[in-house]
Amino acid sequence: MGKSIIDKIWEKHVVHREEGKPDLMYIDLHLVHEVTSPQAFSGLRMKNRKVRRPDKTFATVDHNIPTDNRTVINDPVALNQMTTLERNCLEFGIPLAGLDSPEQGIVHVIGPELGLTQPGMTIVCGDSHTSTHGAFGSIAFGIGTSEVEHVMATQTLWQSKPKTLKLEINGELKKGVTAKDVILYIIAKNGIGFGTGHIIEYCGETLAKMSMEERMTICNMSIEGGARAGLVSPDETTFAYLQGRKYAPEGAEFTQAVEKWKEIVSDPEAAYDKTIQIDAADIAPMVSWGTNPSMTSKVNEQIPQLEDCKNELEQKSLARALDYMGLKEGQKIEDIQIQHVFIGSCTNSRLEDLKQAAEIIRGKKIHPQVRALVVPGSQQVKKQAEDEGLHLIFKQAGFEWRESGCSMCLSMNNDIVPSGEHCASTSNRNFEGRQGSGARTHLVSPLMAAAAALYGHFVDVGALLSAEAVQ
Amino acid sequence: MSGFKTLQGKAAALDRANVDTDQIIPKQFLKRIEKTGFGQYLFYDWRFTKEGLPNPEFELNKEENQDAPILIANENFGCGSSREHAPWALSDYGFKVIIAPSFADIFHQNCLKNGLLPITLPAETVDYLLESAKSQPYALRVDLQNQLIEDENDFSASFSINEYWKKMLINGWDEIEITLQLEKIISDFEEKQLAVQ
Repeated sequence: MGKSIIDKIWEKHVVHREEGKPDLMYIDLHLVHEVTSPQAFSGLRMKNRKVRRPDKTFATVDHNIPTDNRTVINDPVALNQMTTLERNCLEFGIPLAGLDSPEQGIVHVIGPELGLTQPGMTIVCGDSHTSTHGAFGSIAFGIGTSEVEHVMATQTLWQSKPKTLKLEINGELKKGVTAKDVILYIIAKNGIGFGTGHIIEYCGETLAKMSMEERMTICNMSIEGGARAGLVSPDETTFAYLQGRKYAPEGAEFTQAVEKWKEIVSDPEAAYDKTIQIDAADIAPMVSWGTNPSMTSKVNEQIPQLEDCKNELEQKSLARALDYMGLKEGQKIEDIQIQHVFIGSCTNSRLEDLKQAAEIIRGKKIHPQVRALVVPGSQQVKKQAEDEGLHLIFKQAGFEWRESGCSMCLSMNNDIVPSGEHCASTSNRNFEGRQGSGARTHLVSPLMAAAAALYGHFVDVGALLSAEAVQ
Repeated sequence: MSGFKTLQGKAAALDRANVDTDQIIPKQFLKRIEKTGFGQYLFYDWRFTKEGLPNPEFELNKEENQDAPILIANENFGCGSSREHAPWALSDYGFKVIIAPSFADIFHQNCLKNGLLPITLPAETVDYLLESAKSQPYALRVDLQNQLIEDENDFSASFSINEYWKKMLINGWDEIEITLQLEKIISDFEEKQLAVQ
């Protein structure tokens, strides 16, 4: 019987195994940010404990920070959280990409960008979207603050091995369909809890053709399907991305590392607890219309009818969601009016995402009722985009061009959608109040968000691109 | 952390599916650097009106649910973000046990680390409990040692829990202290890992 990449990485990281206990797992990389770490540092201090491996720990500020003017932070509570992280990193010897660092950015954007994220690793962070790093063939998952403290003190975690789920995607994607649409489609089709208790391995010919950015978008939203983590076996695309990155191995060491990384790839006859097949040709540009990511439809469809619900619980959830969103059953998705557009977040704020969005709006103006933001995922992404002139395309179209951070994905800073207004957002969660109290979030791809910015409502970007190709 | 053995108390019903951690504790309250004092913000957007007054429609604001230490919830409770502020808020508000047909993984783990007992029961059983607790005061007895839940009538159900977590909860042990006793094993692992790199 062959082994999957999940089995292989897991086995390599078991420090201690004892009957009746979870495995004690070694953690290769611990990423830290300002919101979920202060209580962990306090815990260490109270018991006079140290951070065991500061060299395997890396911190940045992202959740809380302003994206307009970084030199002025008006919220004293937020400021305190940022300065607390600076103080803690200094005291415990942890490298920090702070507000003034050219390496600062969303923790899940900078990990890969700096080459910290590597195949075969176990990676944790006090953030559920840590699953992003799985795109490189690592087991990467979100943890709470108690576990953050545990990793700091011991570089390990007690973990029961999750079940394994093979999710195979084959076939050709249609025009205008992106990685974001693929993962939204998967969650819409299989439900918000389909991955609970599992680590997903994404594979298949569609996946194999995808760039690292696209794979990150897919792995990022594994948690929105309930999965503990999501990953992709590393291949030439992975190795090419990593070569030359700041913290990746260099020269002969890189060649050796690649040989090691190839060993962890899933065996062809590996067994899984569950398998799901997806036909890429079924997928269209997707739009979420409800209050969790599974409440999503194709752009040319309608919002479901209450009478079509499977059971009473589902019917109640649908009624509640439509009430919150100010939408009606059976309403056409393309008729939903949009007042805000947010392009950013750990799901879709990388250079490739910004390039795609820029292609749609190049030389055009956003709809007068729309306010639109672009928030690059990191200072490096921002710089690369500016070097290519993307910021000018966005600004000329009427977008605001911001500094890097989590921004309107969770609106902990001032980037908020007002109550009752609709936002086409490239982020990952459409929960009630996520982008502000009463805010109505629609999850979409960067292409769909850019198109919505031009028209003030959703349009099928596939049809738009086809029409432009004809002209 | 003090240990958990048995608990007798009122049970409040929150019959909603997929209650996410953004609802349990909204993001504007995550900026504090302490673990305490989050109870006042629990379910903030549901519990209070726009004017900041208690919302009489919200389940936990009902008279019969005041001071309930047990919360009965529906499927996929605690989905979304990894914020441990969610169990901190639930604990600080006064909950010690949450019963649901299913929990999100990270939230479940976070509860165990904070002496908050998450109990998974079959959907039909949870439906019975939800209905029982919805319209009138309803009490339950939770016995962790014997893994049993009973009401004051004839209802009784057993639940399963990983032996390791059961022991940790009952004794209220500091997990880091336990792991640090394995220091030699961790160091050996690190040396071995370094050697193969």
